[in-house]
This record gives sequence, C-alpha cells and structure tokens, in this order.
Amino acid sequence: MLQQIIDRRLAGKNKSIGNRERFLRRYREQIREAVKRAVDGRGIRDIERGEEISIPKKDISEPVFHHGQGGVREVVHPGNQEYVRGDRIQRPKGGGGGSSGSGQASDSGQGEDDFVFTLSKEEFMQVFFEDLALPHLVRTQIAEVPEWKSQRAGFTADGTPNNLHVLRSMRGALGRRIALGSDKRRELRELEERLERLQAHPQPTPALAEREIAELQEQIEALRGRLARIPYLDPIDLRFRNRVRVPVPSSKAVMFCLMDVSGSMDEARKDLAKRFFILLYLFLTRHYEKIELVFIRHHTQAQEVDEQNFFHATETGGTVVSSALVLMEEIVRQRYAGGDWNIYGAQASDGDNWHHDSGRCRELLADKILPMCRYYAYVQVAEEEQNLWEEYTQLLASHPHFAMRKATEASQIYPVFRDLFKKEGAVAA
Amino acid sequence: MNAVVIRNPLREPLALSARPREPLPGPSDWTFELIQQYHDVIRSTAERFGLDTYPNQLEIITAEQMMDAYASVGMPVNYRHWSYGKEFISTEKNYRRGFMGLAYEIVINSNPCISYLMEENTMAMQALVIAHAAYGHNSFFKGNYLFRMWTDASSIIDYLVYAKNYVAECEERHGLDTVEAFLDSCHALANHGVDRYRRPSKRTLAQELAERKDRENYAQQQVNDLWRTLPRRHDETKETADTQRRFPDEPQENLLYFIEKNAPLLEPWQREIVRIVRKVAQYFYPQRQTQVMNEGWATFWHHRLLNQMYDDGYLTDGVMMEWLKSHTNVIYQPPVGHKAYSGLNPYALGFAMYTDLKRICEDPTEEDRQWFPDIAGAPWLPTLDEAMRNFKDESFIGQYLSPKLMRDFRLFAIVDDEKDSEIEVSAIHDEQGYRRVREALSRQYDLGTREPNIQVWNVNLRGDRALTLRHVQHQDRPLADTAQEVLRHVARLWGFGVHLESVDSRGEVRKRWSVPAPPP
Repeated sequence: MLQQIIDRRLAGKNKSIGNRERFLRRYREQIREAVKRAVDGRGIRDIERGEEISIPKKDISEPVFHHGQGGVREVVHPGNQEYVRGDRIQRPKGGGGGSSGSGQASDSGQGEDDFVFTLSKEEFMQVFFEDLALPHLVRTQIAEVPEWKSQRAGFTADGTPNNLHVLRSMRGALGRRIALGSDKRRELRELEERLERLQAHPQPTPALAEREIAELQEQIEALRGRLARIPYLDPIDLRFRNRVRVPVPSSKAVMFCLMDVSGSMDEARKDLAKRFFILLYLFLTRHYEKIELVFIRHHTQAQEVDEQNFFHATETGGTVVSSALVLMEEIVRQRYAGGDWNIYGAQASDGDNWHHDSGRCRELLADKILPMCRYYAYVQVAEEEQNLWEEYTQLLASHPHFAMRKATEASQIYPVFRDLFKKEGAVAA
Repeated sequence: MNAVVIRNPLREPLALSARPREPLPGPSDWTFELIQQYHDVIRSTAERFGLDTYPNQLEIITAEQMMDAYASVGMPVNYRHWSYGKEFISTEKNYRRGFMGLAYEIVINSNPCISYLMEENTMAMQALVIAHAAYGHNSFFKGNYLFRMWTDASSIIDYLVYAKNYVAECEERHGLDTVEAFLDSCHALANHGVDRYRRPSKRTLAQELAERKDRENYAQQQVNDLWRTLPRRHDETKETADTQRRFPDEPQENLLYFIEKNAPLLEPWQREIVRIVRKVAQYFYPQRQTQVMNEGWATFWHHRLLNQMYDDGYLTDGVMMEWLKSHTNVIYQPPVGHKAYSGLNPYALGFAMYTDLKRICEDPTEEDRQWFPDIAGAPWLPTLDEAMRNFKDESFIGQYLSPKLMRDFRLFAIVDDEKDSEIEVSAIHDEQGYRRVREALSRQYDLGTREPNIQVWNVNLRGDRALTLRHVQHQDRPLADTAQEVLRHVARLWGFGVHLESVDSRGEVRKRWSVPAPPP
C-alpha cells in the first residue's frame, strides 16, 4: 500500500492571511473607529503598537435557519443521580435550553458578546495612515527605517571579488604554506645534511655509501616535489572585506508641541492636533536617534506641561499666542542651545488670538524662532481665517522651512508636511 | 468509478507472525525513521484485524499550519472568505492565550487519505494519531455507506482547487465586495443546500472544467424558458390555461439547488458559485451525520490497535501510559450539572458503543441475548464491520445502544414542553425506560429533526415572482429570530421578494416572514 510521510512544516504557514485580510477589510469601519479611539488614548511615543479590537458578536455572526426556544423537546442527558420517571423539575434558568447550555459559558472574562482580536502593529499603522491619507511613498518611508549606512565589520571568508582583501589573503596563504610545509622542510634539511656529510667524508664501504646516497637523493627529490605541490594560493586563504548595513538615525532632535488650550479648543480639535503631532513625531523617529518632546500649552499665558496635561486639560479665557513662542524660545536657549539639537516646531491652534498679539507672533517667528528651527509647521484646526492666519501667511514666501495649513479632518493634516517629506524622500531615494 | 468490491470481513484477527525481539523505542522526540517504524507496525496490526483503508499520506505540520487548516474547515485548500479569517483569528487568539489546545490531528476524507500530525506531538502521541486517524477514520471513510454514496474521496481536493481558482477569478472580474456578499448569502443557506436522498454523480477536475461552460449555457436557457414572457403560440393554449400550475410541482428540500437552477436574475458565474457552496456542503453532510460513529470507531481502533501492539511486545510501558492519558481525557463524559458538561461527548458514547458491541459478541449476558439475539455470541469482527458500514448516528444508536450502556452512562430523558411550567423526566435507565431513552437519543442525532425542515413551497410565476418557503414545524418548535436575516440573503439570491411561512403540526400557518425584492 502506498504510504508516504511528508514534511509540510516549511511549506508556508499563513495560508489564512488572505482570509484575515478579507476579514479586516469587511470590518474596516469598526476597526477604523477602534484605531481612532486608541490613538486618542495613547501617548505620542507609543503609537506604534498593535491594538485589541472588539467587534460586537451580533455584527459578526453568520445567520442560518435554526430552531428557537419553545415547542416540545426531548433531550437525553448522562449522569442521572436521583431522578425517576415522572419527576418534575423546575425549568433551569435561561429558558428551555436546559442544562446543555451551561458548558458554553465563557471563562475568558470577556463575555460572549464581543469578538476580540489583536491588530498587529503593522496593521494598526496602516489604518492610522489611511486615515491621514498619507501617500504610499510616504507610508513606506515612515513605516521603515529609511537610511542605512554601510559599515566595515572585519573580514569574512566569503564575499564578492570586488571586496577581496589582497594583503590579508596573501598573508593567510603565506601562513598556510609555512604551516603545511614546516615538517617536510625540517625533514628535508636533515636529509640534505646527511647527504652532505656522506659526500664530504669518504666512507669505509663505498658501495654501501653509494646506495645510501642514491636513496637519500631519491627521498629528497620526493620531499621537494611534495613541497612544491603545496598550493601558493588556496580558496581557504581568501579574505573579503565585510560590510554590514546599520540604520542611521543621525543625532538628536527636539520637537516642540505648541497648542492653544483656550476654551474654544474642544476635544475634537485637540484630537486633530494630536494626530498632527504624532505624524511629525513618527517622521522624526525615523531620522533621529534621540528625540525629546516639549509640550507647551497656552491660553493667555504659556506653560510647559507633561503630555497628559497637554491633551486633557481645558482652560478658559482668552488667547495670547505669543506667550507660547516666547516660552519656546526661552526653553531652547536654556536647554537646547549650542547647535547640537535639531529643533522642530509644531503649533496647533484654532486661529483665535488677541488681535494685537498676532503681529508680534509673526515677528517672533521670523526673528527668533525660525532661524533656529529645522522645520516649523502650523496647523489651524478651524476654518475661519483670522488675523493670526493672515500674519503667518506673510512668512510663507520668505521661509521655505515654514509650513501652514488648515485642517478640519484628519486627512487634511498631511499636506502641511508635504515639503518636509518630499525633501527627505529625495535624500532617501 | 468506484467498483464495488465485495469484501468479506475477517471472522477473527490473524495471528502474529513473530514477536519482536525488543519493543520499539519510545523517546519523547519523534523522528521520521521512528514514525516510519511505528507506522509499519500499526499497519501490519491493522491488517491483522482486516481494516480496509485508503492509502495513507502522513503530513507533519506546525501549530500555525494546524490553525490554518482549522480556519478553512479542515481542508488543505479552500476558496477565500472573510468568515474563514474570523475563524482563524479566534482560533489563534484562544490558542495563544492557552484557552484551548489544538486537536492532535486533522484527517481528510480524500484518496489518498491525508492525516496531519502536529510537530509538537511526542512519539507516543504520533502513534496514537496514526492509529486513530490514518487507520480508524480512514477505514470509516472508506467503509461507511454515507461516505461511499455522498462523497468522492478521490476528487475532493481537485474540486477545492478548482473552487478556489474560480472564486479568485470571479473576485478579479466582479470585485471583492460583490463576490463576498454573494458568498455570504450562499453560506447562510449551506445547510439547506444538500440532497438528502438523491445521489450525486462523481466528476474529476477536468470533467468539471469541461462541463462548466455547457452547464452555464444550458442552465440559462432553462431559466429563460421558465420565465418566458412572450405570448405563446396558439397550439400551446392548453398550457396557458394552466397558468395556475404550481411551481415547483413538489416542494424542494435543496434550496441552493433550486436557486441555482431557477433563480431568474443570476449571472452564470453566480450560479457556479451557488453550485460550489452546495457541493462543499454536500461533502460535509455525511460527517455531520456520523459524528458519534466516526469518532467512536476511530477511538475504538486506536485503543484496540495500540493495546494489541503492547500485548505483542512492540510498545514500552512509558508509551502506553502516555497515550492512555490522552485517551482517557478524550473519552471523559462529565455528568449533567457538572461545570464542564455540554451534552454527550461523541467520543465517549461512540467508543463505549463499539466496545460494548464487542463485549456482547464475546461475552453476552442473558439480557444481551434477549435484546440482541442476532449478534450475541457472534464473531465480533464482522459484527463491528457491519455496524460501521451500514448506519448513521441515528440508526446506529437506535440499533445498538444496549441497556447495560444506558445504565453505565446513567442516561435519562427530559421532556421540555413550553406549555408546562416544569420539565419532566420522561424515562430513565430502567426496565420501562430503555426503549424510550434509546429512541429519544436516536432522534436527537437525526439531522432531519435537529435542523429546521424548510422547503421551497411555491413561486409566483405570473405575478411578482416572489418565492415562498415553508417551514414545517417539528414538535411545534419555532424558528429562531435569525430567520428574517437569512431571508434577506435568500432574497438576494432569488432577486425578488421572498416569504417564509412556519406551519405547525396541524397544518396552520403560525408565523410569516417577508422580505421585499432587493434593489437591483
């Protein structure tokens, strides 16, 4: 009988990946919602994780015709303890399903009404990017470490001819030749000495000496032959320069998040601003080894706070934007001076400002802040154009590393960074 | 194609040719050589008992691959659908969290019969799986009449390859969403897409492909004729007078088949997809009807074969202890009220029934002679062979459940009538109750009563083309609330309005659902 054992272990797992994709596709609305909630709840620094998604069981069920409660049913159970025919029993709770349902109860603690699964980090970021309407090129840039540096890492025994290290290879060959030939050479030397002695001193029995000389000469010949056959260069001598690719996050960067927290900034606008900050942060993580975040919130006064307070505290009252700029400038001078730091600024506001202040903001930016920044982006999370918008617009022409944009939806955020990403894309390409 | 080979089962096991000098090694890690050695011994032992099987193909797979296989209903290939993704995700989650262990094996009713062995299993477990799947299930697939009649082991893999490619092609041509929605609708009716009585013909992949084109054309012609709106010629007046004629002439139980052949608006590719879903459902139909028998048979034989190998001196004590531990876990039957109780365990019941049959043959009591005069004292091998071949769960239990077993399991029947406030114990494992318990249990495994009986009742041919389905209540059991939703799927397939009537035992319509025609 034909019989075979087949090892399938290497024949690809993930056969279900196509089915999983179809599943995610079908529930993309729910998943998008969940990702949105997750982004709102997470700190900027730990955006890049997977996420548990839960979808109500009823949304995910596949309906079939089946019997409902009611009617007459006769069910056989094992393990009778005390019943005899004709006993009447209180109907168990949960209706006529009888006790057969008791084993189905969930012990997962999740309850049975939600279908919970984990979105992988990649899938999570994919959904996040989709929301932001990132172009695909940018997605791959952000999603991967874009820059690699080739670095020397000693020598290896195999490689391509262009990496051949001649000196090392020849040194290896020499060493091998010495090592392989040393015994034979010593032997040869001894034989030659004996031959010389024999030939130099006349022997009592010339015939015997003749024969010994002939024998010695023969052995010497053989040894010389063997020595000559030791290869001059052998494949095992070859040494190649080894190079490894290492990612190059270049150095240090500091990112300033400036946000208006006055009464007019509601939760939705803050969420939008948060996405704006996240996007810049993600971009920076690909390019810098060390990134510091500085959160400055302001109403009429600016204040440096931690992330939690930054996003989740509401103040009331008026708005003086320049206060934040002044504080930023101060912090830079105190902590990030000296040119070691790449400074990025990201400012979000609803455009509301005390009208005498806007001109001052423009001057502050133009004279103090923009000169020390690598890039400064401003997003107005409201439609209405007020004097702050107008003042900022004047900066655009003269400062190529300043960008501004209005955004009322997540998908409108990305264009503010377009130039930034474009530039980096050119470098990476 | 499958020539009927008249095989006489062995009357008794053949003798062992020679005892081995030493038992097979029993390390915890398996190797390919060891699996080969174990398999050789298991095979020759199975042959001594006359087990008739398809050729075996053992495949070693990883846990991830096992989960993949789970997700596509245990088949090595299948078309893509989100519901399989859902299955995969939940299996994976449960496995990763440790809520569930994976099955030790999956076996596919194909020729050659493919058994999956999981990499993580120890050698003793692999031996158990080989005996269970490659000889137990395999011989059941080959021998049982339902499988012989309804499934074609040699062509199923081919057919699924064809189905996968065809669905992928449709997705490309008509878009993922369209195909997905259509498959959803077909899946909703899959359980009602089987022929219960008519025997399907058998085809290979090549035939399937060749016939597809013809079938598409022909089917469309048929449909067109049924829905013809042109005025009839004069000599056909006789039929025109008969506009009230029923269609279909008789109620149809295979809803998907009816839709495939008669739905007016389906595109040819849609008809083909209905057919694919129907065929796959048909393939699994016998498995759903022989759970107890199939698992019981496989469990009985791994138990028998491995014990025989131990007696012959092939297995060490360590190996025995290990597989016996799994074996006892598998056949554990928690009593009602226990927190692990979720109905009768088919492994436990099936194993006990075959074991009990063997006992009745070899060592019958007075009671057995009364209840089973034909088999008490008969040779056990042919008796079991007969019991495996010619029954399904329902009839198997009706025929062979013995009073002793009912006592051992302490079986009792409960009647739950919604009109009463209390439920009643109708029979227990005593002299007056044996027959009633047996009948009740047998009915419990009858798919015909387990699933609602829904048939195509009528089509309004000359009016709004609405389709009427009829649910005939069994014991006045109503349909669950999902009916409305399923009906929407039916309407999507049918293309026009759909009605469903639920009729009780007195022939009165108790409930009616309606879904209007879906927007074009």
